[in-house]
Amino acid sequence: MSTTVLNTGTEGKTWGGGNQPLHASYGKMMMWFFIVSDALTFSGFLAAYGFSRFKFIDAWPIPDEVFTHVPFFHGQEHPMIYVAFMTFILIMSSVTMVLAVDAGHHLNKAKVTFYLFLTIIGGLIFVGSQAWEWSTFIKGDHGAVETRSGNILQFVNTEGDRLALSDFVVAKDSPRERLDRQDGLWFMSEGSLPTYTLSEVIEGLEAHPDILVRTQELTDKGHSKVVLSRAESLKMVKENGKGVVEGANLYHNEYGSPLFADFFFFITGFHGFHVFSGVVINIIIFFNVVLGTYEKRKSYEMVEKVGLYWHFVDLVWVFVFTFFYLV
Amino acid sequence: MAHEHKLEIFRGLLKFKSNTQKIWGVLIFLSIVTAIEVTLGIYKPDSLMGLFLGMKLLNWIFIALTIVKAYYITWDFMHMRDETKALRRMVIWTAVFLIIYLVFILLQEGGYIFKVWDEGYITHDF
Repeated sequence: MSTTVLNTGTEGKTWGGGNQPLHASYGKMMMWFFIVSDALTFSGFLAAYGFSRFKFIDAWPIPDEVFTHVPFFHGQEHPMIYVAFMTFILIMSSVTMVLAVDAGHHLNKAKVTFYLFLTIIGGLIFVGSQAWEWSTFIKGDHGAVETRSGNILQFVNTEGDRLALSDFVVAKDSPRERLDRQDGLWFMSEGSLPTYTLSEVIEGLEAHPDILVRTQELTDKGHSKVVLSRAESLKMVKENGKGVVEGANLYHNEYGSPLFADFFFFITGFHGFHVFSGVVINIIIFFNVVLGTYEKRKSYEMVEKVGLYWHFVDLVWVFVFTFFYLV
Repeated sequence: MAHEHKLEIFRGLLKFKSNTQKIWGVLIFLSIVTAIEVTLGIYKPDSLMGLFLGMKLLNWIFIALTIVKAYYITWDFMHMRDETKALRRMVIWTAVFLIIYLVFILLQEGGYIFKVWDEGYITHDF
């Protein structure tokens, strides 16, 4: 067979494929191009978030007030601390990844194995933290009243501190029961009902003269939100209130505009999915390293390519962190 | 595979002895930047709340620090510093140009819609 192969005589020359202007292997270059396109997808999402935020620039949730929880510190408010921890974990796992790549250049199998293992652990801690953050966000902590036009009314005391509905509302036996599949037609069901009904909230509000309503509108500095007077508060809830919201989903969001929750789920979810797939790919490469695949190949370039993807996930998080939690 | 790494950062101000040392150096730098961001985010100093080019000064600082972090992640962790100029420009210029364009048109449009609601006759539409 091989005798029939024709040679052009130009192998190794510029036009015979001998010239590599970028000095990068095919796989590495394609990983870079994939990263560019993925970066554009993420910027599309973040730009859409920016669009919605600019659209509601005077009434957007303040992230500091939304993400205040830290695991094992129940009931305390520590804005930013947990996200900062997550950021550090991801940067740290990026470092162990680049150390694995470096060890790969020295063909040091034991070190590559060790650092890749640490990278996987870091990735798992991050995904776990994100899951915890999601569940805290979905559960909510104060509860609010939604108005007919879709605005959110929150409750504060006269000092301006947030109050949870459970602080002043008493639940009574409600005649309203959750509609389940077996109670009606098969396609008729609804999500779990809030703990309190609107009329119970109004009663609780009337019984406590020192409770005020806080609207979504931001004050001039953007530090805080506009609080209504007592008379206006009662009027607002009675005239415009439509229902009670606890926590957040894609339709209702006790922290403010439902768009905030939508983008939160979508952007951090898409990023979390990237982290998850990164961890899976890392695990596959980890086993290849352990089995000695790259040892035999005398090249750990595969670790480098996967490393590029892993760093990219870290890179995206840096932006998500800024635009979701800081700005 | 002989891999040459460029070992200086900050335009040659800081030169490391080995690639591993550089990685730890960059980690320390990134951690410091993140710590500054978090501190500013928690305390939100009043002096940085003024508007500058349509956005709070503090937000501009956050964006600048983010780009600094992105630069060091790409250049030192992803080894962009060691790639050829052509590959670097292919990746960075394409992405940066398209992102700036997209962000500009979307934010412009968002601000416009806000103004229509704020100053116009439409109270709530979608």
